[in-house]
Amino acid sequence: MNAHQSLAIGQPIAKLEAISPAAAEADAMVRFERLSKTYPAYRGKPGVNALQSIDFAIPRGSITGVIGRSGAGKSSLVRLINGLEKPTTGRVMVDNKDISALTGRELRLAQRSIGMIFQHFNLLSSRTAADNIALPLEIAGWTKADIKARVAELLALVGIADKHDRYPSELSGGQKQRVGIARALATRPSVLLSDEATSALDPQTTRAILDLLANINRELGVTIVLITHEMSVVRQLAKEVVVLDAGHVVESGHVADIFTHPKHPITQSFLAEVIGDSLPVSLASRIVSEPSAGGQAVIRVQVRGAGAGDTVVARLARELGLDVALLSARIDEIGGRHVGSLVLGVPGSEDMQARVLAWLSQYQFSAERIGYVA
Amino acid sequence: MSPELINLIIQATFESLYMVGIAALLGTAFGLPLGVFLATSRKGELFAAPLVNRVLGIIVNATRSTPFIILVVAIIPFTRLIAGTSIGSTAAIVPLTIASTPFIARLVEAAIREVDGGLIETASSFGASPMQIVLKVLIPEALPGLLLALTLAVVSLLGYSAMVGAVGGGGLGDLGIRYGYQRFMPEMMLAVVVVLIALVQLVQSAGDYLARRVNRRLRHR
Repeated sequence: MNAHQSLAIGQPIAKLEAISPAAAEADAMVRFERLSKTYPAYRGKPGVNALQSIDFAIPRGSITGVIGRSGAGKSSLVRLINGLEKPTTGRVMVDNKDISALTGRELRLAQRSIGMIFQHFNLLSSRTAADNIALPLEIAGWTKADIKARVAELLALVGIADKHDRYPSELSGGQKQRVGIARALATRPSVLLSDEATSALDPQTTRAILDLLANINRELGVTIVLITHEMSVVRQLAKEVVVLDAGHVVESGHVADIFTHPKHPITQSFLAEVIGDSLPVSLASRIVSEPSAGGQAVIRVQVRGAGAGDTVVARLARELGLDVALLSARIDEIGGRHVGSLVLGVPGSEDMQARVLAWLSQYQFSAERIGYVA
Repeated sequence: MSPELINLIIQATFESLYMVGIAALLGTAFGLPLGVFLATSRKGELFAAPLVNRVLGIIVNATRSTPFIILVVAIIPFTRLIAGTSIGSTAAIVPLTIASTPFIARLVEAAIREVDGGLIETASSFGASPMQIVLKVLIPEALPGLLLALTLAVVSLLGYSAMVGAVGGGGLGDLGIRYGYQRFMPEMMLAVVVVLIALVQLVQSAGDYLARRVNRRLRHR
């Protein structure tokens, strides 16, 4: 990706550790202030409270994930950031400008500093890759020569310089999204909104696009807001996360903090998607509720970033002198911490099993006996 | 067939092409903006004006449901005002234009509505004005559909133009009625029909070809 290094555009990246109120106040790229959005009843459909008492900030230069199920209010949130909709109450500050108060020409000028990429790319089928990227520049009134130079720069930035004259119908999904990203960055925005930008792509292409977004964030300092319903996207890219459910922010903060100690059931369910608390079918079918002679107790240990999750089996065996069987394990890394679960088979008496559970809780592992296997 | 009759056919062909050509141009000049407006002025749309949209819709429907031959005679005073006369090929352009405008407008509306709404949202999100959206997004994206709509309009106008003989408009249809029917010359009728069929084929093929050329959705390497 040498093309990226040659482009020293944009500002340096502001370093922010977490969405702490003080830091957010000082240097927020996007700030929601006591915002709510209600869609009135229309043609027999009841009104909808899409967003309620939304109050959070997206740090300048960060990659912030906004995760929620469909209907959680993610789309409304995006449309409020780029001024396509007005809040019912409260306001949205983008780069210290109250975007919800702008209209007409002023709003259109402000929108040029907010780039956006879409799930279905939304490219014009009648324009080549280069001309699609040129569109926002034409709209902003750039000269032909400036547009030409900028488009060449952008095509190189997103790694598809050779697709200059291709029409969208001749491009793959990943290539289309690269055109979309180049178009979104054309007017040198300070924020890039990604609305489910990888949801229509296969896992491999998703990874490549997310890597590209990470590069762009690092090299151009553009604040990226990732709207998604996929935990894997947040995990791979975001440092901050905001969990939306039914129009409310239920949790927000550092990805590692939120997903190592999820409080809200919705957050826990998102976490389960990546780390999977479900047992392998072959194991689950063998588990019974009563102990049998010579069998093992099945104990599930939650690993939640306390560290040393990887050595727990060895230490348990050594310190208690037990032959602990590892029946199933799934450990993942989220925000640099281990998250997952181990399923252990512990032989011996009730008494011995109780000692194992006590030992685990002593080291702050949350553990439970889920049954027995013969 | 005698050279005089062949000359008549050639002259009538030119009259038809003249009337249809000018009426199609004017019909597009009025119908295109009208159609774009109809497609973008409902509640919540780009140029939201639901009431105006409603009223224009009713006028368009009323014009389209008036039989063309009645329209031709009903607007004779208006035709005289515009063209200075109510008789002849030039005068006939007035009712042809009035009939084709709402027809083209409805076809344009349908073609514009086919454009993915996400593209309007996309262009708005990077600060395009409504006019820029129309000129840079809606019309270019709808172009294949618009060309097919225009083709359809020209073909329909050829049919309509057969009726303007009623006000001395001339043209192929008029020739067919006067010589072929009233003067019992079936070979003249046949010749007129053959020329019309050839013209329609030509227009349709040209329209299809152009529409296919500008349709980038179908292009593959």
